[in-house]
Amino acid sequence: MIFFDKRSVFHTKRGLMAKTISYPKALNKGTPCDSRGASAWHGFAPGTWQARIDVRDFIQQNYTPYAGDASFLRGPTTRTDALWNIVKDLLRKEIEAGGVLDADTKTVSKVDSHGPGYIRKELESVVGLQTDAPLKRGMLPYGGARIAQKALEAHGRQMDAATADIFAKHRKTHNDGVFDAYTAEIRAARSAGIVTGLPDGYGRGRIIGDYRRVALYGVDRLIAERKEEHTAGDNEPFSEEWVRAREEMQDQIRALEALKRMAAGYGFDISGPARNAREAVQWTYFGYLGAVKDQNGAAMSFGRTSTFFDIYIERDLTEGTLTEESAQELIDHLVMKMRIVRFIRTPDYDALFSGDPTWVTESIGGMGEDGRTLVTRSSFRFLHTLYNLGPAPEPNLTVLWSQGLPQGFKDFCAKVSIETSAIQYESDDLMRGYWGDDYGIACCVSAMRIGKQMQFFGARANLAKALLYAINGGRDEISGKQVAPPAEPFAGEYLEYDDLVRRFDKTQDWLAATYVKALNIIHYMHDRYCPEHIMMALHDRKILRTLACGIAGLSVAADALSAVKHARVRVIRNDDGLAVNYEVEGDYPAYGNNDDRVDSIAQDLVKGFMDKLRAQPTYRGAVATQSVLTITSNVVYGQKTGPTPDGRKAGEPFAPGANPMHGRDRHGAVASMASVAKLPYGESQDGISYTFSIVPKALGRRDEDRVENLRGLLDGYFAEGGHHINVNVFDRETLIDAMDHPERYPQLTLRVSGYAVNFIKLTREQQKDVIERTFHELC
Amino acid sequence: MSLCALASAGACPAVAVTPAPPASVPAGAVAGHVHSVETCGSVDGPGLRFVVFLAGCPMRCVYCHNPDTQSRANATVRTAAEVVRDALRYRNFIRNGGITVSGGEPLMQPAFVRAIFEEAKAAGLHTALDTSGCLGDLADDTLLEATDLVLLDIKSWEPDLYRSVTGVSLEPTLRFARRLEAKGVPAWIRFVLVPGITDGEENIRGLARYVAGLGNIERVEILPFHKMGEPKYQALGLPCKLTDIPAATEADVARARCLFAAEGVAAE
Repeated sequence: MIFFDKRSVFHTKRGLMAKTISYPKALNKGTPCDSRGASAWHGFAPGTWQARIDVRDFIQQNYTPYAGDASFLRGPTTRTDALWNIVKDLLRKEIEAGGVLDADTKTVSKVDSHGPGYIRKELESVVGLQTDAPLKRGMLPYGGARIAQKALEAHGRQMDAATADIFAKHRKTHNDGVFDAYTAEIRAARSAGIVTGLPDGYGRGRIIGDYRRVALYGVDRLIAERKEEHTAGDNEPFSEEWVRAREEMQDQIRALEALKRMAAGYGFDISGPARNAREAVQWTYFGYLGAVKDQNGAAMSFGRTSTFFDIYIERDLTEGTLTEESAQELIDHLVMKMRIVRFIRTPDYDALFSGDPTWVTESIGGMGEDGRTLVTRSSFRFLHTLYNLGPAPEPNLTVLWSQGLPQGFKDFCAKVSIETSAIQYESDDLMRGYWGDDYGIACCVSAMRIGKQMQFFGARANLAKALLYAINGGRDEISGKQVAPPAEPFAGEYLEYDDLVRRFDKTQDWLAATYVKALNIIHYMHDRYCPEHIMMALHDRKILRTLACGIAGLSVAADALSAVKHARVRVIRNDDGLAVNYEVEGDYPAYGNNDDRVDSIAQDLVKGFMDKLRAQPTYRGAVATQSVLTITSNVVYGQKTGPTPDGRKAGEPFAPGANPMHGRDRHGAVASMASVAKLPYGESQDGISYTFSIVPKALGRRDEDRVENLRGLLDGYFAEGGHHINVNVFDRETLIDAMDHPERYPQLTLRVSGYAVNFIKLTREQQKDVIERTFHELC
Repeated sequence: MSLCALASAGACPAVAVTPAPPASVPAGAVAGHVHSVETCGSVDGPGLRFVVFLAGCPMRCVYCHNPDTQSRANATVRTAAEVVRDALRYRNFIRNGGITVSGGEPLMQPAFVRAIFEEAKAAGLHTALDTSGCLGDLADDTLLEATDLVLLDIKSWEPDLYRSVTGVSLEPTLRFARRLEAKGVPAWIRFVLVPGITDGEENIRGLARYVAGLGNIERVEILPFHKMGEPKYQALGLPCKLTDIPAATEADVARARCLFAAEGVAAE
């Protein structure tokens, strides 16, 4: 448990830091007062959260667990219906316009770059848009000006000449920096697709600001805190990290000032704490809005806010200043805003991650370290937006599942999944031990302590292709180019297991080193040219950084090794002596059938590659982790990988994430789940994604049977040690019909490897892949 | 589910019931013929269930959708202990469900079923027996004591229709049903709705009246006849007799449900 060691170091640092910081006297006096003289914190139980920034403590001291059912929930208000109808109309126009309704071509988007924008001001309970109009996409060139330009061009626009000139002559970007430092080997590995999806031309994302801090403390307190920390470090000895951090702190203070200006544009003074539920939601959203105006991150997640909001809502309900209808309206309107977060991206990017994803992930539920559930009425209210507004891929609603969750909540989740297919689940019982009880999920499966931890997003390495390199002495099976260092290729007719394992191990040594070096370059440059000041302003001064690596093609590699071990695999070579195809003679146990003969191979692969990642030096003291996650890119990775020794044909998609290969899991849903659940989370702390699709009838005859059985499946999967699961409950026929008649299914949402997509926005290849993927039929 | 339903005609074929092993054989060591297992059954009893399909059925029903379970040709011989050990690998999934023994006709191997259930009970699993009841006399009291639920398929109510389509008398099944009631073994009644064959009004209402008079019935399920078994006939090289029978529609099921309701039975 190397990781635990790091964590305790981190804790120690925090503890030390807490001792050295003194707080401005004015802020230590007690609860702040608003202009009307009433305390914004009145009625809240006191705690250490008052003396220092500690949202978790505030929640623990003040929240009201809810163990009941969903019967208290209310439908949409007329304002909600009216507003959502306008948004739906805009969304339809966006699709008709080819995916982008409007885009800014002149103003570089920053926290306070645009004046206020509204959908329909008088209807909005929560305000704030990324630009001055809904669905008008901001321009964010700091990740890469050329890419920003290409994205505009792809949608029929040109970057304003003066703005383009500044980036051409005066302002270097992240992308420029990365390519200044890349090695020839990294470039070759990148273009061959053995490392892929790297955030070297776009924002890395996967950072969650603790947006709740804006509401609980107000911005002035956060600024004062940073100023104090800046001064507190004056006498520390010089190091590069020290000076970098000092500069960053000042930039963060400027970002917080900008946040206040942005909110002021909407008529809100967010210098002090929020005084009621509406302000709490609005202030928190302003924090998030600042982030999505400032960064075009691959995943811009929201955090874990429902139970935090619930404290304010409960107080207002008790005081009679809010009704259940208006509480639901607040959440509905917030969620509407989360649904229209947009970035402009290139066609290449969309081919990888189709459906215009933003991963506005909101984590819901879970248990506290003291054993009380963190489920509140607002946990229900968030899920209920899927009824009030209909299903949608964003926000990426993520339920933190625990055996101990109240049954009323479990049943409601199961019902929502069956009816909307819009929820993903992750094991709180597993993650709580690593990350405590105030973590959130960034993107799809990446857990991080909110405001105390960030990650350097690292996309993934293609393990299936690496296996082919091991056979071919480092040459690419498609291009024939020497990509990995030359080694003697395998010369025999039938692959030999022990020999292949040895070769594969060496290839992975090279792959891990090349891959992590690329990531270190990327994150060095990202910090330098595209830093996330507003998001980092909403973190502690000292944080844990992880280097979130990943692997693709796990089930292909595991099955290939199983085929070599348990059947016979003949190598077919081209005239050039390159192994270009494989013939499997006999049967082999395939991953996904709860068969330890191959499941153990998959487990060893995860652990083996993680060990190699751990051995690499990392930028800024980051702790290496990995994920088994592909999102929709399993299709593209498959296209870039030749035939594999498991019998997979050239170009055939990989299974997504940690899924068994399509059609090879023949022993039913739970055998498939059991295989996936065996993958060790400790060796893959950035998450293990599993996508599960089942036809409704296979869950039982009656509606209540289906709810009970889905709950049973989830309890079973997580009790087995599973980390993540997407649940789709669909008839295959529905999807086939939606391919042909997209206009009938504007809101058809389904879960794919860690996020939800709008089915009709997928490419045709991805739609086919989803349909061909294992659907568990009547068992 | 076991469907030794409509036998084409004539008498019940000779029943090759497996004789009981000597009493000295411990339950776990009793072996039987297993056709296959399903790790995630959700329709054969309450909750998620590990379903064991035993091989062999005395009947050759025209629309049987599991013709591959009729013979023991491709069966695996396994002990009761092995079967239950396999089920327990899924304990976390089936803890609110249990184990269901189906077929084929499981009561062709009554000692094996008893042994599986005794082992399962010892491991704390809920047990369900999915049977047509035509061999109900072979289920001894020890077996029934280890049975938490019986899924009893009553193919038809009118004795002549039952005989003409199953080839056997209805009486053994009804005798079994009454015995279950007397012993207080909970049961779900299942009725396969086959358009043009079992869907007559009196046939359904008669069954409904009978069911209404039983005190141990927890559920009544109408199973609409479907045609998913057809490819299995092709795979087995058997002549397929399903072709001419239409699948039951939702409207057919709704009508049957109304007929049950008219007799005070809430069928699903």
